[in-house]
Formats: sequence, C-alpha cells, structure tokens
Amino acid sequence: MTTPALWRDLRRFTDARVGLGRAGTAQPTVAHLDFQEAHARARDAVWSALDVAALEASIARPVLRVRSAAADRREYLLRPDLGRRLAEGSTLPAAPGCIALVVADGLCATGVQRHAPGVLDLLVPALPLPAAPIVVAEQARVALGDDIGAAMGAAAVVVLIGERPGLSATDSLGLYITWAPRRGRTDAERNCISNVRPGGMSYADAAAKTAWLLRAAAALGATGVALKDEMPATALPAP
Amino acid sequence: MPAMPFTQTIAGTRYVFDDLRTLLARATPFRSGDALAGVAATSAAERVAAQRALADLPLARFLTDAVIPYEADEVTRLIIDRHDAGAFAPVRSLTVGAFRDWLLAAAPEAVTALAHGLTPEMVAAVSKIMRVADLMQVAAKCRVVTRFRNTIGLPGTLSIRLQPNHPTDDPRGVAAAVLDGLLLGAGDAVIGVNPATDNVEAVMRLLDMLDTVRERFDIPTQTCVLSHVTTTMLAMQRGAPVDLVFQSIGGTQGVNESFGVTLALLREAREAALVLKRGTLGDNVMYFETGQGSALSAEAHHGVDQQTIEARAYAVAREFSPLLVNSVVGFIGPEYLFDGKQILRAGLEDHFCGKLLGLPMGVDVCYTNHAEADQDDMDALLACLAVAGVTYVMGVPGADDVMLAYQSTSFHDGLTARAMLGKRAAPEFEAWLARMGIGNDAERIPARLSPALIGLE
Repeated sequence: MTTPALWRDLRRFTDARVGLGRAGTAQPTVAHLDFQEAHARARDAVWSALDVAALEASIARPVLRVRSAAADRREYLLRPDLGRRLAEGSTLPAAPGCIALVVADGLCATGVQRHAPGVLDLLVPALPLPAAPIVVAEQARVALGDDIGAAMGAAAVVVLIGERPGLSATDSLGLYITWAPRRGRTDAERNCISNVRPGGMSYADAAAKTAWLLRAAAALGATGVALKDEMPATALPAP
Repeated sequence: MPAMPFTQTIAGTRYVFDDLRTLLARATPFRSGDALAGVAATSAAERVAAQRALADLPLARFLTDAVIPYEADEVTRLIIDRHDAGAFAPVRSLTVGAFRDWLLAAAPEAVTALAHGLTPEMVAAVSKIMRVADLMQVAAKCRVVTRFRNTIGLPGTLSIRLQPNHPTDDPRGVAAAVLDGLLLGAGDAVIGVNPATDNVEAVMRLLDMLDTVRERFDIPTQTCVLSHVTTTMLAMQRGAPVDLVFQSIGGTQGVNESFGVTLALLREAREAALVLKRGTLGDNVMYFETGQGSALSAEAHHGVDQQTIEARAYAVAREFSPLLVNSVVGFIGPEYLFDGKQILRAGLEDHFCGKLLGLPMGVDVCYTNHAEADQDDMDALLACLAVAGVTYVMGVPGADDVMLAYQSTSFHDGLTARAMLGKRAAPEFEAWLARMGIGNDAERIPARLSPALIGLE
C-alpha cells in the first residue's frame, strides 16, 4: 500500500466516519444522509424483540426461560430497576458451584440473536467450572444476572447481553462476568467484554478472555476493579 | 433533630416539603430520572410551589443543612470542610431568589471570585429557578483557565477533545481518526481515547502510540487514555507516558465507590502524575467525567435529585485542580434524561454549575439511540453551550462513536460552532494549525502531517 496523500484515504484504516470531506465547515450531503440512515436503522433496532424459539434452536442445549419484572419495552426503557429483577413467580433450578450463563436481550436483541450461540459454543467447553443450564432472559438488564445467579446458587454468572445499538453496529454483544452473584452487586464488581461482533471482537477471543477472567476470579474470589485484566495478548488463540 | 418542613401556598393549595433535599427535588424542572427515583414533583403546581419556597431560602442555610449527612458521606465532608467563607461574603445574606438576580446583574470578575465560596447545593438550587437563557448568560461570565501543554479556557476560545475511539483499540484505526480530527482543527483540549478494554497492556500500547503521534507532529496538546484510575496508576508505575489521569466521578461517596474510587485514591493518582512533570505550561493533570443519573444508577442517591448530585460531583472535581471536566450529558439514557428537551436543559445546567464552582467545564453533547433525540437537538444544545462559553466539546469522526455506540459532536460541529460565533482554538494550538497548513485544502493531507510519520502506510 502507498502512503495516503488524500484525506479520504484514511478510511481504509477504520470504520469510523473519517475522511468525509467538508462543505464549508459542515458535512457534505452524502455523509449527512448516510448518518441519517444509520440513525434510523439503530432507532428501529432498539425496538426489535428476541425470537426466543429461534434462539433456543440455535443454542442446541437445554434452555430455561425467564422474564424481568418490566412488562414491555417502554417500561423496560423507563424503569431499569424492573429490568434488574426477576418477574414474580420465577423459578430456577439450583446449580451450586456452577457458572450460570444468561442470554439477555438488553437494549437490542439483534446482536444476541446472532452471536450468543456462537460464543456459547466456544465458551462452555472452556469454563473452569461446570456450566449451569443456560437461561434466556427477556426485557433484561445486566444486573438481572445477579438475581438469576443467586437463585441458582451459582459461583459466578456470565451475562451475554445485547449492547445499545450504535450507528455502525446494531448487533454488538457484551459479556458481563460477576463472581458470587447476588442482588445489589455494583458495576465495579463486574468485568466486562464488549463489542463482540464481526468487525469487533471475535467469538474465540471473547470466549478465551471470559474463561481467563473466570479462572482469575476463582483464584481471587472476586470480579470487578480488584481483578485486573492482565491476560497477555499472546495467550489469545489465533483467529 | 427533625428538620422543619418547608411550606408554600399557591392558588389556595398548601404544599409541604419535609426537608431540604425534598424541596430541591420538587423544584427541579421535570426529568425522567427524578420520576424514576420517586422524588419529582407530581404536578406542575407543586413544582412551582417548591421553586417559590426555594427562592425564599437563605443561601447560608446550605452551610448548616446538608442534603446528605456529614457523618455519612465523604463528599459532604469535602464540601463543608473546603467552604471559603471569605469568598462567600458578597452573597452571604442573600436568599436563593436574590442570588439569581445578583448573578444576572453582576460583573464577570465578581461572579468568578465567588467560586470557592459556593457549595454545589447553592449552585444547583439557583439553577432550578433559572431559565435556559439565565444559565447561559451567567455561565458566560465565569473565567476559568487551565494549563498543561497549552492554555485552555481563555475568553473567545472553544476547545475540542479529539475522541478517536476504535472498537478493538487498533493503533492504526485510532491514529487515522486522530489525523482526521487534526485536519478539522480538533484536539486542543486533549486527544483522549476511551479504550475498549481496561487491559493494562492495551492501555499502555495506546498511551505509547498517542505520545508518539504528539511528538512526531509536535502538537502543543496533551493525550489521555480514559481507563480506570487504578489502571492508569499501574501504567504510570510501569513507565507509560501519562499526561492526564482520567476518572469518572459522582456526587456521593456511594456512587464513587460504585466507580471503584475514593477521594484518597484520586489524591494518590494525582500525586503520581504530578511527579512525572510532563506539563510544560502548567500542572493541571486530572481529567474527570460526570453525568446526571449515575448516582441513581448505582443506587447511591440518598433521595436527592440527580441534578443536585451532579453538582456535588463538581466539588469532588475541583479538589484536584483538573485540566478538564465534562458532563457526558446524554450518554446515560432515556430513563434519566428522556428526550432532546431534557438533555438540552441538563447540559446547560451542568455547564452552569461547573463553571460557577470554578471548573474548566466542557460538555459531551450527546445522545444514545434509545433516547428520543436526534442531530437537531444536539445542534441546538451545542449552539447554546457555545454562546454560554463552554470550555470544550467533543470531536468524534462524523459524530458517530464506533466504540461507545453513541452520537456526540463531530469535528465538523466543532468547526461550525467556532465559525458561527467567532471562537478560536487554544492559542498555542491555533498557531500550530497555521504552521502545519491545516484548513487550506479540503482534499489533500498537508505534507507536514504525512500519515507515514504515524505508521499509516
């Protein structure tokens, strides 16, 4: 490749909206309308629903279904407290000493639908402790995993959740790892892996890093700021 | 000792507010986060009754009546222990309502001199009885100048944080976005990357890369990787080139604990950065981000409204003489700030409160895709902030942050705001832009900024 001389050549190094040029100080019409289209698609993705039956079919493992206390999408958006609690009457089997795995819709179901099964395929065999039956949760926030993990008596919980849709990516998956889950855990007590999607972190890297963090958490007896992600880059398997 | 309730009668209805925090909350212009917390006024009439009662309250009352008890919260202790009675003297005898009038009539020097005599609660209180134009006009009077490798906050300037985020922290992807921003005049506030992970090795790679870019192009600015303070401290111990220490902070001890920080930890981090002596013009080495709603999100709000708690975060910030502070106003989501209207007011409140308390206040003019907001709302907020003299705003390629998945202001937006209002970059940076030949050609990259110099081949 030659050294870029034109501004627009910068586009080959990143998916960010670089090298747009300018009309006066503003963005040219094409760039402006590209943005408007991306925003429209992201807005629609927020309201997308999880297709639980299709998800169950692609996970190819026994799956339990739960809902949060938020009745619908609007209540979910305005009442995050309800999205963190299991609906009344939810029952889950005990899985002491296991790692609870929660597949949650979060703020956008698209990424979960597409990527959670692929990540789980690689993650389950790499776990340092036995996997509890997989739980699929609707209208769920990250902290719903605390309720689920506590109900199962799990050693740790991994929540695979749809990230808030952006303009370039409406299908990002995030993984949140919490040791000794129970209601009231704060975000400082979790470790997070984000941007799992094509063009972001690969399934293999996400599974390897999650397994590494779980092993480190088991040794430390904690997740969160006390657990520094010092996994060496070379420990990642080749893509 | 039970507090005396506050009462106000309007149109024949008597409203009772049990304590100061309730009065403040009920007087707050409506936003979804206060409704979520159950502290908002339940009618428009109740809100204005609270605003009238608040207007009659002596400012000095805030020195004896803490919204979160002194014994229970280290942020309250900081606020009370650091209060400067001398600076407070000019307004000591005023009510909140009279204080609003005083601010609107006062000269810029008099407003600026008050900073350490004011508490966050006083500033939040007066903002609640102000319109947007009041918030803009008074904030524009405040003078706050900070320095590291350039001078930020001089009258007539508008600085831009260049935010070149990349979903996998790819060094070339970040470098391309840095160059793009420089070509559009951004980067005088800081070139600051939000890392995709808090991995210390990855953070150190980014720190090295940003420092190399700054040195190769000889840019009079500072760089920052916005990792957790403990990760930055580890990077400093390992010899990484850290200009600024970043941390997200909030207005209660509990929310700071949820972020994994205490005042003592922030002090330790600042000391470690000062020892490096990397600033050439000044030693403002800290960079803080805040935002309404974080305390409720962490369930650490003590029944206090989200805007008052946000103002308390500024007391934490000013303890550490930061180079930069910004509210990330629309990032938190619609459960706290539902739409463009709520985001607009909150952004102007945050800027006003930060400036009045003496901070180099910027705002991340932003929204997420689950909020009822769009680019038009952001244009309005940016224009209002620029008129209000905002210290800096963000610059993100095309307004689309491909790592954090939200929309902020673009490099173009920064240029536009400067052009419309005759604002300029920080003087050292402006001279550098001219030296490099930036802004003359809308297609070609100037030879002095050859991408090959920073590894883009």
